[in-house]
Amino acid sequence: MPNIATHSPGSVVLLQGNEAIARGALEGGAQVCTAYPGTPSSEIIATLAPVAKDRGIHVEWSINEKVATEVAGAAAFAGLRSLSAMKNAGLNVAMDFLMHLNLSTLGDRGGGMVVVVCDDPQAHASGDEEDTRWTAQMANVPLLEPGNPQEAKDMTKWALDLSEELSCYCFLRGYTRLSHSRGPVKLGELPSPTRKANFDTSKGYSPYIAPPKHAALIEKMARLRERFESSPFNPYSGPEHPELLIICSGSGGFCSLDAVEALGLTKSVGILRLGTLWPFPQDLVRSYVARTGKVLVVEEVDPFLEVHVKEAIVSPSPVGSPEIYGKGSGHIGYYGEMTPDVVIKALSKILNLEYRARDRRYEDEVQKAARQTVIDRGMAWCPGCPHRASFFALRNAIRKDGRKALVTGDIGCYALDIFPYGTHQTNVLHCMGSGAGTACGFGELGQFDFKQPVVAICGDSTFFHASVPALINAVYNKSNMTLVILDNDVTAMTGFQPHPGTGRTATQEATTIVDAEALCRSLGCRVEIRDPFDTKATTAALVELMKDEEGVRVLILRRKCELLRMRQERKQLFKVWVTPEKCTGEKCGYCYQVLQCPGISWDKETGKARVQETLCVGCGFCADICPLKAIVKEEIA
Amino acid sequence: MMAISADPLNLIICGVGGQGNILMSSLVASALTRKGYYVAIGETFGAAQRGGAVFSSVRISARHPYGPLIPEGRAHLILGLEPLETMRMLQKYGNPEVVCITNTQPVPPVGVLSKKDEYPDHDELKETIKKLTRVAWFVDATDIALKLGATIATNIVMVGALLAASQLPLERKDMESEMWNTFPRERMELNLKALDRGFNTIHSQN
Repeated sequence: MPNIATHSPGSVVLLQGNEAIARGALEGGAQVCTAYPGTPSSEIIATLAPVAKDRGIHVEWSINEKVATEVAGAAAFAGLRSLSAMKNAGLNVAMDFLMHLNLSTLGDRGGGMVVVVCDDPQAHASGDEEDTRWTAQMANVPLLEPGNPQEAKDMTKWALDLSEELSCYCFLRGYTRLSHSRGPVKLGELPSPTRKANFDTSKGYSPYIAPPKHAALIEKMARLRERFESSPFNPYSGPEHPELLIICSGSGGFCSLDAVEALGLTKSVGILRLGTLWPFPQDLVRSYVARTGKVLVVEEVDPFLEVHVKEAIVSPSPVGSPEIYGKGSGHIGYYGEMTPDVVIKALSKILNLEYRARDRRYEDEVQKAARQTVIDRGMAWCPGCPHRASFFALRNAIRKDGRKALVTGDIGCYALDIFPYGTHQTNVLHCMGSGAGTACGFGELGQFDFKQPVVAICGDSTFFHASVPALINAVYNKSNMTLVILDNDVTAMTGFQPHPGTGRTATQEATTIVDAEALCRSLGCRVEIRDPFDTKATTAALVELMKDEEGVRVLILRRKCELLRMRQERKQLFKVWVTPEKCTGEKCGYCYQVLQCPGISWDKETGKARVQETLCVGCGFCADICPLKAIVKEEIA
Repeated sequence: MMAISADPLNLIICGVGGQGNILMSSLVASALTRKGYYVAIGETFGAAQRGGAVFSSVRISARHPYGPLIPEGRAHLILGLEPLETMRMLQKYGNPEVVCITNTQPVPPVGVLSKKDEYPDHDELKETIKKLTRVAWFVDATDIALKLGATIATNIVMVGALLAASQLPLERKDMESEMWNTFPRERMELNLKALDRGFNTIHSQN
């Protein structure tokens, strides 16, 4: 099978945006590449890891995004080129370091560093729609935004060149419709990076003393802006004097192209698509705005371009008096992702055009048919998922305890608990590590008469990412809480990446297993370990740990992710079936309505439970919890 | 380059997370890229492993690259790996000229399994899809694959049907050579059989 490094230079291949970024890193000579997994960014490192050994580069899954950027920063200080990738939320974790690295410079060994951040407008796989473009302005470092996979590759390489030249890291901003789209990419040469790492100890790099270093950075960016004004990454297409000018970036570019074609406006509307977003190329924008009377700014989520376009046309002197449309005028929304239809609607409204995607009769007919047939396809834990069993035990333990125990959740597959087919035990859920952090806080409210037991949930990868400091805080500040670690031996939700507890690195090398149990014990926590499929023992442990108010308690619920187990073992554990005579169907419904495993369902014809043979993975958990012993499991030899 | 009926030609491949629509769209798109077309694919896979509704959009042009997103009501061709998902796509992207090829095997959503929702009547759903399309083909792809001995071949049966529908500028030999590039040799005997069966299913309906 070909991989990202074996495609030959000059050939055109269909690459995913993230794969294109990975190829760009190789073409740009990156020797150290780091990330913590996060959708939609995960495939960048997942693409680089398998070629690391052959290419002689270092690729790692770091413990979190801050450490990932620190590792990449160290490589740049030592004279190498590096890349660190993350999702929108991950950038928040990394910002502390990055808000100092901008001032310190990358040193004078000729290193370079690109920080790739993949935003997720519409929050397809995120808790928020954070628009990270502002952070580049806040840090005052270069920000590039590709409009397609080809540019994703080319800009990654260019960002490494630019970073080395400026001795300043560069942001490359991706977004879901770039990361998770595919398009043709013409490949360039792959250099063989031969740089050796070395640090000149007669030098020192830090942001101290900030104001003069800040002044130097501002001066550097002012000079860079002049270069961005004529960058080929800011293409314009359309008539010389358009009736209306669209200014956009990223997905705004291809959505605008579709909208202009759909409305037949190619002769009257021009599209200026900016790829160098910070420092903002204001003179370029001014020169295009001067050719038109109407401007529509097309971008997803925040009005980043819009604010800067508006500023550019009044300062240093006004450029005519164009009408500016966009978010401020109400033509484009402040949330959700950009689509061709958003631009079509905005243009139709501004130019007073009639547009129908399809005739009214079809529209009425299809909507009527959809109301009668289209039902939701809700997300649920996979058949055989240990999390379902863990939450089942938690639900029972909370009922048994009877003191309205509070559950704080975290980020991973177990966040599905708050979705329609979860168990809805989770009360508070925010970001990586916040389960332990907020639980710690609730557990410190005893002096204010807070009497409810507090249970925090986190996964094994999330534990290492951001839960450990919160757990230490809980021990130190005498919080009354229980942390439940759902240990499924993998970072499951983002695509089965290894983590420090698995004993494997990104490149599948064996490494020290960081023992979560021993770590928690060393902090003075009481630690218990159970198999979540042993539901009696798990429930009993939860009840006991909620009662125990001596120090911080940790329960590790250990069972491998079923998808991972199946990949490795390729066999079912049990044959499972329902004895119809014993099943009371709707009178009970404990398996398909309470447990809600897709592997078992209500059967319309018999009115009883039925194993869905194509979905059931034979974990046997439903047989264990069936109150009537109507579900039978038999070990497969 | 073969002429295409519309430029860009908008193809949707839809189904349920885990059915393999991303691999299918890559297979079709790679074959088209090799023939010199500009192709873009948009993937949704936030819910891929967890039973959600997923689809890939494939946009094909002889003129210039397009973005991955299809405007509403503008699909030319829908390849549905599951009938309810074909209907879901028609709601947003359908139009009187659209051509649909649908695997008849339903995959009940978790809401149906837990008795919260009811899956639409299979025959009525088929009739509705027929009414809302210019041409609608139904393929018992899962059954065909089962008879060949491996449900994993279901999608290749569907690719065979897609080629037979003659809506894409692709010939069977293009797809065969793309498959040789993509799959391990030991899987090819089964895959070529599956491609054949899917192809003939549509031809026999013509």
